[in-house]
Amino acid sequence: MGAVLEARPHLLIRSLDRGSTLFLAAMAAIAIVVPVLNLAIPSASAFHLSTYLVALFGKYACYALLALSIDLIWGFCGILSLGHGAFFALGGYAMGMYLMRQIGTRGVYANPILPDFMVFLNWKELPVAWYGFQHFPYALLMVVLVPGVLAFVFGWFAFRSRVTGVYLSIITQALTYALMLGFFRNNFGFGGNNGLTDFKDILGFDVQAETTRAALFSISCLAVMLGFVVCRAVVASKLGKVLVAIRDAETRTRFLGYRVESYKLFVFTLSACMAGIAGALYVPQVGIINPSEFAPGNSIEAVIWVAVGGRGTLTGAVIGAVLVNYAKTYFTSGILAPYWLYMLGGLFIAVTLLLPRGIVGSLHHWTALRRDRASAAAEDGVTEPLPAE
Amino acid sequence: MKLQERLAKREQEAMEAFERTLLFIENVTVSFDGFRALNNLSFTIEPGEMRAIIGPNGAGKTTMMDVVTGKTRPDTGSVIFDQRYDLARLDETQIALLGIGRKFQKPTVFDSHTVFDNIELALKADRRARATLLWQRSDAEEHSVDAILKTVRLFAMRDRLAGSLSHGQKQWLEIGMLLAQDPKLLLVDEPAAGMTDAETRQTAELLKEINREHTVVVVEHDMTFVRELGVKVTCLHEGAVLAEGTIDEVSSNERVVEVYLGR
Amino acid sequence: MRFGRACLAALLLALVLALVPCLGLASARAATLDEALISLTADDFDQTEAGINAIAASGSPRAEIILRALQGGQLVFSAAQKKVYIQDDAGKLFDVVTGAPIGGAPPDDLDTVRINNRLRGTIDAALGTLTLLSGNPATRYAAAQAVFKSHEASALPTLDKAIARETDAGVKRALEQARAAIVLNTPGVTDAQKLDAIAIIRDRGDQDALGLLSDIPKRESPAVAKAATAAIAAIQTRLAEWDTVQNAWYGISLGSVLLLAAIGLAITFGVMGVINMAHGEMVMLGAYVTYVVQDVIRANDPALLDYSLAVAIPLAFLFSGGVGILIERSIIRFLYGRPLETLLATWGLSLVLQQAVRTVFGPTNRQVSNPSFMSGAFDLGGITITYNRLWIICFALAVFVALIGLLRFTRLGLEMRAVTQNRAMAASMGIRTSRIDALTFGLGSGIAGMAGVALSQIDNVSPNLGQGYIIDSFMVVVFGGVGNLWGTFVGSFVLGVANKFLEPYAGAVLGKITILVLIILFIQKRPRGLFALKGRAVEA
Repeated sequence: MGAVLEARPHLLIRSLDRGSTLFLAAMAAIAIVVPVLNLAIPSASAFHLSTYLVALFGKYACYALLALSIDLIWGFCGILSLGHGAFFALGGYAMGMYLMRQIGTRGVYANPILPDFMVFLNWKELPVAWYGFQHFPYALLMVVLVPGVLAFVFGWFAFRSRVTGVYLSIITQALTYALMLGFFRNNFGFGGNNGLTDFKDILGFDVQAETTRAALFSISCLAVMLGFVVCRAVVASKLGKVLVAIRDAETRTRFLGYRVESYKLFVFTLSACMAGIAGALYVPQVGIINPSEFAPGNSIEAVIWVAVGGRGTLTGAVIGAVLVNYAKTYFTSGILAPYWLYMLGGLFIAVTLLLPRGIVGSLHHWTALRRDRASAAAEDGVTEPLPAE
Repeated sequence: MKLQERLAKREQEAMEAFERTLLFIENVTVSFDGFRALNNLSFTIEPGEMRAIIGPNGAGKTTMMDVVTGKTRPDTGSVIFDQRYDLARLDETQIALLGIGRKFQKPTVFDSHTVFDNIELALKADRRARATLLWQRSDAEEHSVDAILKTVRLFAMRDRLAGSLSHGQKQWLEIGMLLAQDPKLLLVDEPAAGMTDAETRQTAELLKEINREHTVVVVEHDMTFVRELGVKVTCLHEGAVLAEGTIDEVSSNERVVEVYLGR
Repeated sequence: MRFGRACLAALLLALVLALVPCLGLASARAATLDEALISLTADDFDQTEAGINAIAASGSPRAEIILRALQGGQLVFSAAQKKVYIQDDAGKLFDVVTGAPIGGAPPDDLDTVRINNRLRGTIDAALGTLTLLSGNPATRYAAAQAVFKSHEASALPTLDKAIARETDAGVKRALEQARAAIVLNTPGVTDAQKLDAIAIIRDRGDQDALGLLSDIPKRESPAVAKAATAAIAAIQTRLAEWDTVQNAWYGISLGSVLLLAAIGLAITFGVMGVINMAHGEMVMLGAYVTYVVQDVIRANDPALLDYSLAVAIPLAFLFSGGVGILIERSIIRFLYGRPLETLLATWGLSLVLQQAVRTVFGPTNRQVSNPSFMSGAFDLGGITITYNRLWIICFALAVFVALIGLLRFTRLGLEMRAVTQNRAMAASMGIRTSRIDALTFGLGSGIAGMAGVALSQIDNVSPNLGQGYIIDSFMVVVFGGVGNLWGTFVGSFVLGVANKFLEPYAGAVLGKITILVLIILFIQKRPRGLFALKGRAVEA
């Protein structure tokens, strides 16, 4: 038995099927090509990618990671969180606090310890919550720990009392709303409604420099790849199957002896950590983090990315995030800008009514149908059930 | 015999009876908003037996199962499993891990999983999250699953999605999952519901086969099915036991006739 | 006999005694008013002050008008002619004593009679004393309050006179309080008198009384200081008690608003199991209906503005209800059994609706006015009750009662309840569940529309109106449970009062956060809310 186990590949590797490997290869290619097109090709050339685009794509990558985290819990376990933006924003704030500490005397008020907004509020000392954020490792730890702990505590209470479905979604929305209200207050200590901004450098590198931006982009792509691999590992394992079982028939799963609360808590916390990392990568690339990131609307929009791409497919989440955000960038800067909200709203309605499986999901479904029709001539018609909610 | 001696003897008999039980239910009462679903219900199940529970609608059959499996808490009374576990204090997961398996009235299987996966998920194994994350399928396990699939006659559907099975097949799949759990006590709620005559007979055979190594409690309406099982019958009415005995004894009992057929 | 004659004699004497001062007053009136007016032409603050007091004491019926003109900067004088005139905005001159317009060319050296802040106070106090003896009890009451605040010693004789002949109990109390205020600020008054005054002020018990008493402990004898300190403590306790009642009132008002906003949601969720994220927009549409109705009335027949709500309420109900039915038929119906996707679809719908309203009406706030019966406020003990909130509470209760009636006594209500409790069973009994769904959704949205009418009276009408109440409505539904309207009732009032009680201590934001945390903890015990449906038929 032991010898047999040793020969088997590692959990993270063996969960990768053909589609996953293709996806990872594509992401790796993008992670390399984009910086090359930006840094190595002269700006006069038609192939040059401007730094603005690099930053934009980097933003998309962070959104893709957020979408992955949502797909993990929604597509595979049926937990619809309408407040995942909170975890994204918390990770972003942790990174933002590190970046603020890095400004030092280069701020408007030239205070080596206190960020500008604190000086403006006449604060004499750094609040306790900010201690340690001048060290990058600590900030990184907080990026994962703060959303993780919040998710754990929240999930522990919610799942233990068997709050599911719509009730759970509403409460997650209320959670992010409450956090938004809190962070908007100036005396909360996190920049109030202006948020944290005017960053100078990260780990010694100028935040606005081309090379830094390109590097951040590649790192973001890398993060997406890692997130994808982790999600695949979870989803393809027996744990993933239990998650799907919980999604489809929670009571039955309980009666089989699985402690459903623990499984939900595990994925929920993991998902929150991923969202936090996404937020942390997002902040240096957009240069600001403010409380409007906590707005419930943002979280719900993130859900629609996953719905468009196809929930329960992982690749769909990434594709959906990029597509919808690309559409948003495109439409909100042109003459169609006033119509963007109509389009977004219409997208919500159209996807749920007409394309419930999303793009990738529908593709999977059609190929599966064709495959089954070809192979099962004599059997009854196979109908793949809709991914449950 | 003097009164004291008689009482002592009765107590000893009860003790011995208790020690013979796998499932001991005594004076269980469950009320929903004033309606008494179970009313001082008392009966016992011995290890290795198969029992059929019958009774008209609203008699409390499914509620009784809910209480045993932990879905509902009894207001009063005791439910003791294997002479030592107080089921009234445990939740569904703990009770399932103790070795009580349940098949629902409406077949609940995992539609998005294949038939094979359904059985595999039910297979007796470490149920904790870490274990399932790192778990890898061994040959032995694969053989166990296939064996069960053959027992429930679903081997041919091995790689099909459970959602595409017919109603009767789903019932069998659920029974297969129960088997995979390898429980000490199986609670089967209306296994013949929605089945053809042929399927009903096959189901009875299946249950008898299962009974060789497990204790089974079957809740049923279908009298032909119960007759085919040929086991001891307990008839419930309005949350309490009305009559117990063989199917002939029970069906000729006047009160049972009155309750089932009405005056 | 002898007694009767004595009475008559006394009566005659009293009459004479009463008349004499009047006669004296009358002549004094004429004499001093002219002198007072002349002193106003000296252009000297002290003389003007004397003049003001003299005008007030003169008892002339024109005194008030003259003083108000002076207050408004409309009193002008000519030093050369030693005459004072009243000048209106157009520059026309009027005689001060008779009020008749003065023709001919105005004098060259016309100048406004100057006043400074101190004189303003003097004018106020003087006006106060004038009105102390007015025929209208309301005027006397207001005058008493003015004197209380200014505690001008010069008002004392008039006050005593007023107290002596006051018949109205409330006004008399106010006059006595004013007198006490003066006493406390007059030097040379005995301690006993001061103690009496403190007692009267303590009974008044409001913020002004507190202000009056606050510095007394510092400057008076120990006995008086002690009494004052005790009085201050008593008043503060009383004020705190009233504060609590005021918060409770605000809480009830908020609760009534939440009730209106949430009850439609609760019904929809109970019957259909869907949460409508566009519910807030149904409320918003109702508010805009009110705006449009008022606009139309204003354009055609402004006199009917008071009836605008009577028109708006049914119109909003029908409009929002109609939109609701449309939504149900076109979107919700196809997502049956998928509540989470319904959540998403209705969220998208809310975006579309908000943007549509923004396009039609613009993103800024729209003005909706209160009809006259809803304007203003009155005092009840130590708290202020505004009419608009009072009417909204009554309205919310009326809607609630009507709904209970609908559910209990009508066929539709019966079918709705059946579908809530066990949809499959209801369907198999011949109830057309799809029709019930559409009507339920329409009903819920219609009520939301009416809630919008109510909200337009106390809140700004903008496309974002719905967003402000949607989370709170959700909390009410989660907390109160579904399937029973009483859950929504209790839930909304508990949350409203809790919110308002936490606000003074924690601030609005922290209060909201606390409520949220409490709800999450509450759900531990009761995952389905306060009034949850029980029984086997109720699944997820």
